[in-house]
Amino acid sequence: MKVSVNWLKDYVNLDGLDIKEFCSAMIMSGSNLDTYETIYEGIKGVVVGKVLSVEKHPDADKLVVCQVNVGKESPIQIVTGAKNVFEGAFVPVAMDGSVLYPKGVENDPLLISTGKLRGVTSEGMMCGATELGFSDKVVPMAVRDGLWILNENYDDKLGMSFDEALGLNDYVVDFEITSNRPDCLSMLGMAREAKATFKREIEYPSLKFETAEESCKELIDAKIEDSLCRRYVARVIKNIKIEQSPWWIQKRLMTAGMRPINNIVDITNFVMLEFGQPMHAFDIRDIEGGVIRVALAEEGEKFTTLDDSERTLDDTMLMIKDANKSVGIAGIMGGLNSEIKEDTNTIVLESANFDKANIRKTSKKLGLRTEASSRFEKGIDPNLCKMAADRFCQLVSELGYGTVLADEVDVYPEEYKPPTITVRVSRINKVIGTELSREDMVEILERLDISVAGEGDEMIVTPPTIRGDLQREVDYVEEIARIYGFNNIPMTFPKEVTPEIKNSSWDLREKARDVLTALGANEIQTFSFINHKILDAMNIDEDSWERSLVELINPMGEDTAAMRSLLSGGMLDVLGRNFSRNVSSMRAFEIGNTFTKNFADERALPDETINLSLGMYGEGEDFFAMKAMIEDFLWSLGFERVIFEKESEYALYHPGRCARVLVDLAGTEPSNRIKMIDDMNAKLEDIDKDLQEGEIAVLRELVETMAMSKDVGQVEIGIMGEIHPDVLEAFGIGTRAYMGEFIFDLISELYNKKTVYTPLPKFPAMSRDIAVLVDEDVAVGQLKKAIEGMKLEIVESVEIFDIYRGEQVEDGKKSVALSIMYKHKDKTLTDEETSLVHNEVLSMLEKEFNAVLRDI
Amino acid sequence: MQNTLKEIVERGRVEVERAASMAELNDIRVKLLGKKGEITAIMKSLGALAAEEKKEIGKLVNTARGEIEEFIKEKLEVIKALEKEKKFQMESIDVTEPAKNRKLGIKHPITQVINEVVDIFKGLGYSVYEGPEIDTVFNTFDGLNSPEDHPARDLTDTFYINEETVLRPHTSSAEIRAEKELKTPYKIVIPGRTYRSDTPDATHSHTFHQIELMVVGEDITMADLKGTLDYMAKRLFGPETKTQFRPHHFPFTEPSAEMDVSCFKCGGKGCNVCKNSGWIEILGCGITHPHVHEAGGIDTEKYTGFAAGMGVERIAMLKYGIDDIRLLYENDMRFLEQFK
Repeated sequence: MKVSVNWLKDYVNLDGLDIKEFCSAMIMSGSNLDTYETIYEGIKGVVVGKVLSVEKHPDADKLVVCQVNVGKESPIQIVTGAKNVFEGAFVPVAMDGSVLYPKGVENDPLLISTGKLRGVTSEGMMCGATELGFSDKVVPMAVRDGLWILNENYDDKLGMSFDEALGLNDYVVDFEITSNRPDCLSMLGMAREAKATFKREIEYPSLKFETAEESCKELIDAKIEDSLCRRYVARVIKNIKIEQSPWWIQKRLMTAGMRPINNIVDITNFVMLEFGQPMHAFDIRDIEGGVIRVALAEEGEKFTTLDDSERTLDDTMLMIKDANKSVGIAGIMGGLNSEIKEDTNTIVLESANFDKANIRKTSKKLGLRTEASSRFEKGIDPNLCKMAADRFCQLVSELGYGTVLADEVDVYPEEYKPPTITVRVSRINKVIGTELSREDMVEILERLDISVAGEGDEMIVTPPTIRGDLQREVDYVEEIARIYGFNNIPMTFPKEVTPEIKNSSWDLREKARDVLTALGANEIQTFSFINHKILDAMNIDEDSWERSLVELINPMGEDTAAMRSLLSGGMLDVLGRNFSRNVSSMRAFEIGNTFTKNFADERALPDETINLSLGMYGEGEDFFAMKAMIEDFLWSLGFERVIFEKESEYALYHPGRCARVLVDLAGTEPSNRIKMIDDMNAKLEDIDKDLQEGEIAVLRELVETMAMSKDVGQVEIGIMGEIHPDVLEAFGIGTRAYMGEFIFDLISELYNKKTVYTPLPKFPAMSRDIAVLVDEDVAVGQLKKAIEGMKLEIVESVEIFDIYRGEQVEDGKKSVALSIMYKHKDKTLTDEETSLVHNEVLSMLEKEFNAVLRDI
Repeated sequence: MQNTLKEIVERGRVEVERAASMAELNDIRVKLLGKKGEITAIMKSLGALAAEEKKEIGKLVNTARGEIEEFIKEKLEVIKALEKEKKFQMESIDVTEPAKNRKLGIKHPITQVINEVVDIFKGLGYSVYEGPEIDTVFNTFDGLNSPEDHPARDLTDTFYINEETVLRPHTSSAEIRAEKELKTPYKIVIPGRTYRSDTPDATHSHTFHQIELMVVGEDITMADLKGTLDYMAKRLFGPETKTQFRPHHFPFTEPSAEMDVSCFKCGGKGCNVCKNSGWIEILGCGITHPHVHEAGGIDTEKYTGFAAGMGVERIAMLKYGIDDIRLLYENDMRFLEQFK
C-alpha cells in the first residue's frame, strides 16, 4: 500500500514528525514497511513555463523551435521533437544547468545545458513526466507520449520551481499490509493507524452533496439473487462530463502508483484508495430492463471484459447482469458491453460487497487479477458501500462533473454487526507478561475506535465494523501488545523445568558426522529430488525398488519431478561437478532423507528413511580406501564385525568391484540372534514408547530379514564399490570413483548404546603368523571366516595382513599371510597347547581350501 | 707398594682423562680393576704378607680402588652426556619440511548453523524434535490455523504429492505432531529440511532448512519469547547484538512478531548488508494461536506457548557473507572447506 504522506495529512495531523520518526513509529505499532521514496528526489532547476510560439526548425523535419515564457523578461528558445507541444501549453522546463533523474536510468543524472540542435540554439529542455522521476506506469493517460502538458492554468506561477508550483514535495511510504488487516489497504485505514500510533485526531472526508429532485429509483433497481453478494448500493449521475481530473486528484493517484485516465475513472480510483471500497460505473444506456441483478454466470458463458478479451465462465462465478445479459464479472472487471464512452451522459455507480473466497476463486480461474479483485478477495466491510458511493457523488458534484440523482438503491439483506465479546485484563497481562491496568488497556482500545464497557477484570469490547479481524480475546491481546509497544514488554525466560526428550537418531547422526569428518570426508547437502532419467543414468533396473518414486503433482520441472529414493544420485552429481572443476580429489558423505511409495496404504504418508552416502575419487582413493572408511566408521559405532560380500549384479557399480556390506551382530553365538529378534519384537509391540513411523517400518523389515537370513545375526546395511564406468561417463566423472550407500535408520536401530566393560586379559596371548598358497579365486575373507567358524576356544582373532602375488608364487595362485592370536582366559598357554590347535587350523585350511603352507 | 699404588692411580687418572668413548673407558676399567687388572693383581699378592701389613696395605688398595672407581664414574657421566649430544646432533631434522597430514573433513555450513542454534537451545533445556519432510495438509495448514484461501496453499507455492499430502513448506508442520505426542510442559527445537515452489535465484531455493522453536507451558508469555530469542541472538551474533520485535501477522501465532537483530556488519549505523536500516530481519515468532493448541488437544485456558521459525540458509548467508544461496547446494569442495 503506497501512502503519500501529504495525502495522509489530509486526514490526520502529523505535525512535528519527521519522515524517519513517522516510519519507525508506524513499524513498531504494526505497519511494516521496507523503505520510503522521496518524490522528485534530486531534480534541480526545473520551472513552470508556457509555450508562446511553435515554429518549424529550418533544418529538421521532426523538430520544432519554441519560444517559452519562463517568468523572465524575455522568453527563452527551446528546440523539441515532442509532437504534443502547442501554443499556450503549460510545461515543465529544465533550464540551463538543470539536473534530471529520468526513471529507469538508475542513479544516473541527466544534465541539461544550452546547446545547438541542428544549428539552432536551445536554452533548455521541456520535459515529460518520466524525466522528472515518475514511473511510466503513472504518467497521466493524456500526456503519456511527449511533454507533460499541465491541465490547469499556471499564468501566475511561470518561472516558479516546478515542484513548488505543483506541490510535489512529498514522501511515499510503501506499507506491507498483512492479510489480517485489509482495512489498512486504504488511506483512511492508514490514517486510523497513524491516529492510534501518535495519539492524534482524525478528520473524515465530507460526504455531503446536493442532489437533483429526480430519484434514481425511477431509472434503476437492483436485486441480489445469490448470497455471495452481501450488499449492493447503486447511484445514478446524469449529465456526465468526461475530462481530465484536477491536478490534486491526479497527483494523489500518481503517488499511489495509479495512472490518471479521466475524471470518472480517477474519482472511482481515488475513493477506492481513500476508503478501500472498489466501485464500478456503467453507462445506463447499456443496462436493459432498468434492473441490475447479481447472479451466477451460466456454465460455459462467453463474456468480453473491459480489456477486450473474451472469457469463458462457469456457474460458480458471480456476475452483474441486467434483465437480459451479463454486464460485469462481480468484483473483478466490468464488461466491454457497458463501459463508459465519450458520449456517455448518465452512469450507474455500483458500490457493492462480494464474498471474498468466491472472488478469489473466480479471479484465479480466469487468471484475471485486478485492483478491485485483489481488495475484494481480502475481505471488505460491507458498511463501506454507502460511504464510498456518497464520497464519489460528493466529489463529482463538487467538481461539477455531473448531477447526482436523489436517493440510492441499497440492497443489504443482513447488516454486518461486529461481534461484542468479553476480554479479561488478567488474561491479556498473563499472555503478554505485563502488569497493565484496566485504564491503560481501555485507553489503548479507545485509540483504536474499540468501544469498551463492563467493569473490573472484564472488558466488554465492540470493534468498529472495518475491523473484521477482531473476533476472539487473543485478537485483543495483540492489539494491546502492539500499541503498548513490543519494545516495552520485558525480557524473561520460561520458568517451568522441562525434562529432555531423547532423540537418539539425531544424536547418532551427529556422532556419524563427527566420525566421518575425522575420516577426512566433507559433508554435502544435495537436493531431495530425482527423476527416472537420472535413475536411467545410474543403471538402476526398470523394476527395482528404487523406481517406486514418490512423485509430485506440481513439480517445477523435470528437476523436481519426484523425491529421491536414494542419495547416490546427488553424490554422483557432486563427484561430477567437482571433477569438472578440476578439484583433484575429494571424499564426501551425505546424511539425508529418502522416500519411497507406501505400498501398504497409498493415502498414507510415504516411507521416509534416513540414508548415508559416501563418495570419493583421487590419488590414494580406491576400493579398499572406501572399505577402510566404512569399517572405521562402523567400528566407531561399535560394529566390530563387518562383512563384505561380493555383488556383481547391481549395475550402478563395477561388476567385479562391488560388495554388499553386512554387520554381524550375534557374533558366533546362534542364541544371540534369537535374543535379538525377541528384543526387536518386544520393541515393536511397545510402539508408543518413542518410535517414529519410519523406524517401525525399518524394524519390521529387519526382523523379517533376520529371521530368514542363513547367516546367523548378519544384517545387510548397504552397498559399496567402484562406480560403473558407464555411470561415471554419464555423470562426467573422468576418473575411477568410489561410492557407497547405507540405510542409516537401520544402523541407528542396530546401534548398541550399552557399552559393557570387558576386563583386560590377565594372561598373555600368543600370535602365530602363517602364509598359505591358495587359488586366486578363493576369497581371502573365506579363510578368516572358516577359521572363526571352527569356534575354537583359544582362537582370539584372525587377521589377514598381507596378500602377495608375483615371484615365487605360481600364476593363478596367491599367498595369503594370516596372523592368528591364541589366548586362554584362565591360564598362560604353553607352546604345545597352542601348536595342537594351530595344527588343527592348518589342516582345516588344507582340507577346505587346498591351502599350502609357505615359509615366511 | 704405596708408591706403586699411587703411580697406578695417577696413571689411571690420566688415561681416564684421555678416554674419548665408552669402549676406551671400559678397557681402562678392565686393565685396572678387572679380574686380571693391576689393582686386582696387587690385591692377590697381599696373601703373602703378614696380617698386620696385610690389613694396612689392603686398606690402601681399597682406597685406591675406590678412587679409581670414582673418577671412572665421573668420566662415564661426561662421556654419556657427550654421546647423547652427538646422537641428538645426528638425529636433528629440518622442522620446516612438510607435515604428513591426514586431512579432516568439514561439516556442511547448513549443519554447522543448525548445530549452533540447537546447542544454544539445548543449553536452555530444549530437546530436538523432528517431523517428516512429507506431511499432511492438516498438519501443515488446517491445524496451524491457516485460512482456506491462504496463498501458501496454492499449487504455485507448495509442492503436493496428492491433495492431502505436501512437502512441508515449514518445520511448523511438526507442531501438531508434538502437541499430540508430547506431555506438557515442553520446550523443543525442530530443525529440518523444507520445500517451496520458488524459482531458484541468488536468494531463493526450492529446498531450504528451518529451525522451529516451540514452547508449551502454564505461564508462557510474550516476555519469555522476547527473552529467549534475545538470548539466542546474542549467542549467535555476539553479546553486543540488540534485538527489535516488530508486530506482524502469521496465522499460527497471535500476537505475532518479526525479530530483527542489529546489523553485525555495521553495528547499526547502516550499510549494504542491512540496507541502511541498521537492522536485519532474522525470524518470525509469536504466541501460539489458541486454534493451533486446540488442533493438538491442548487446554488453551491452562496452557500458553510460543513459537518461532528461522531460515537456516539465511542465517548462514548472513553469518558467512555468502551472496548466492545456490553455492550451499553445489557442494564444491573448495567452497565447503572454507567453513572450518
